Amino acid sequence: MTYFFQFLFIALLASMSYLIAMRFKGILATIRLSQPIQLSDQPIERWKRVFLLAFGQKKMFQKPFVGLMHFLIYIGFILINAEILEIILDGILGTHRLFAPFLGSLYPLLLNFFELLAAGVFLACLVFFARRGIFKVQRLQSENHSELKGFPIRDAYTILIVECVLMAALWTMNATDAVLQSRGVEHFQAVGSFIISENLIPFLDSYSTDALFLIERIAWWFHIAGILGFALYVTYSKHLHIFFAFPAAYYSSLKSSAYIPSLDSVTHEVKLMLGQPASGEAAPTNLRFGAKDVMDLNWKNLLDAYSCTECGRCTDQCPANQTGRSLSPRKIMMDTRDRLEEVSVILSKNKGQFVDDGQSLLDKISGEELRACTTCQACVEACPMELSPLNIILELRRYQIMEMSDAPAAWNSMFSNIETNQAPWKFNPSDRMNWTKS
Amino acid sequence: MVLNIRTMADYLAKGEMPEYLFWVGCAGSFDDRQKKVTRAFCEILQKAEISYAVLGTEESCTGDPARRTGNEFLFQMQAMTNIEVLNMYQVKKIVTACPHCFNTLKNEYPSLGGTYEVIHHTELLAQLLKEGKIEISEEREEIAFHDSCYLGRGNGIYEAPREIISQLQKDLKELKSCRTKGLCCGAGGAQVFKEPEPGAVDIQVKRTEEIIESGVKKVAIACPFCMVMIQDGLNKTGHDKDIQVVDLAELVQKAMK
Repeated sequence: MTYFFQFLFIALLASMSYLIAMRFKGILATIRLSQPIQLSDQPIERWKRVFLLAFGQKKMFQKPFVGLMHFLIYIGFILINAEILEIILDGILGTHRLFAPFLGSLYPLLLNFFELLAAGVFLACLVFFARRGIFKVQRLQSENHSELKGFPIRDAYTILIVECVLMAALWTMNATDAVLQSRGVEHFQAVGSFIISENLIPFLDSYSTDALFLIERIAWWFHIAGILGFALYVTYSKHLHIFFAFPAAYYSSLKSSAYIPSLDSVTHEVKLMLGQPASGEAAPTNLRFGAKDVMDLNWKNLLDAYSCTECGRCTDQCPANQTGRSLSPRKIMMDTRDRLEEVSVILSKNKGQFVDDGQSLLDKISGEELRACTTCQACVEACPMELSPLNIILELRRYQIMEMSDAPAAWNSMFSNIETNQAPWKFNPSDRMNWTKS
Repeated sequence: MVLNIRTMADYLAKGEMPEYLFWVGCAGSFDDRQKKVTRAFCEILQKAEISYAVLGTEESCTGDPARRTGNEFLFQMQAMTNIEVLNMYQVKKIVTACPHCFNTLKNEYPSLGGTYEVIHHTELLAQLLKEGKIEISEEREEIAFHDSCYLGRGNGIYEAPREIISQLQKDLKELKSCRTKGLCCGAGGAQVFKEPEPGAVDIQVKRTEEIIESGVKKVAIACPFCMVMIQDGLNKTGHDKDIQVVDLAELVQKAMK
């Protein structure tokens, strides 16, 4: 019987690991379709960002209470998961609390600490529930933000419920374990009861040893299966940021948020036009100017889209969105991710090759949304991970203007004024010094 | 004050080199309201005995509005033509009163072959005041400051404008959205050159409402496009008579003895 459960556990672990690995492989395959960008300079500065933004969550603490709650979940997630190692080894080897004899008196101390962390996670999840469902924090409501309708809002609640249930399973497991220990049941070595779960003991004490044994096993399996399932679910969810926040912080732009990089293919053409030597720039490899679809964006843009947690701080700060315009920086990130998921399916159906499906990112994002952006960078500033919806908007605008010639008449006049009068307005260039006269 | 404005060509003809090139910008050259700011800034430079020149008719749009709409071709045509002129004059330091020109010259020209030390006029003004190069007469008043996106978030310049206000012994009233959270005037990204996209309210009106709420009689700006938009917001909300929009250069020029 023990061997059966060991076998079952190994099968579960192996299959879930395979599925998770395949998901990451699929995600990386879509990122690999993208355009190159050099972002590996100044490693020390970049590591500093990883520590401040990702590990330290510096920008999350701009809202101190929410920052603290998020930190509780984050620290609980990272540290409680250290216990996973023991659970996995127990599962494979058919042992129980494998580490207890090795850690001695440190073991109960650690488990007490984990139980307190679990309480922190539980509390924070309840607070987040309340913020979404009771206090109706504006940026989290699908009634105000259509991009949240359907899966995104369900996703958010699912995660909160799963986290609460997982923590409850952890406590139940420890509480039943403690009762079984006190009854001297074989296999349950004496490690004592723990700070949170000991409160559950009175409710469990009346059950028979067999029933408790069953409850303990169910809680144990639920906990570990839940965590494995969660790890797979996360790859489809906005919670992918728990993995991608770190590379996203490392590769975040060290330049001014107002800086727009030059399009080398254009530099090549312009130099030829002006009769300047164009040897420095390689002839354009990507003949599309700007981005129509996700593969025209650079890999950091795509990493950003996968890293986005849909918190909506960007949209909350966006002046266009605040004044009722259709632009929402969060929607830009979500549309990019949705398109990436579509591309991922195409890749897996066609042996890793992208086959044109007649769709593109621009089918999800309208010209009106793109034209509403004031490039004020409030979205980039607001993002706790310094992701940039703005970069994606600007690349799509380049395609819109240069490939589709889709500009409002007023912009076209502005262009021709610059071309012929060297100013965006129709003034005579020879009058440029007239301001000195009066 | 009689302005004595010289061009880079004037300097070159005499075999001289000014310390600064003052990049006037299109708004500073052609917009009637902004022309007053340009003149005020020149008066200060003259009074502080800073040697500077302008490009005059050799100046051309930096290409910022084109680049931000997505018209990279036009931007690079403008940039490379301007860089050719700037490099011909061996320009080292540039000062400009426009955050958009400032950002483009400072951050975006280097990769196309134009590397200069670029400062915004608020940085130079704050420095001149600090060094006592400009004598001022105090006139206490409460004043709000509207952060420009391309100065603040874009280039981290939050202190220089505030230092000017405190150096002038005026009382700064911070707006509800300020510094990193400063609300855009609605002009950036070439919005000022077209009608706004459909929405509930104009961005400049929303921004102006914050200024009205703050209760000030005067709001200082440091960008020609913020000037246009905030003035428009005041006109639209019927507060153009009781709230005045001024550039920080005008504020300094007025306080100058």
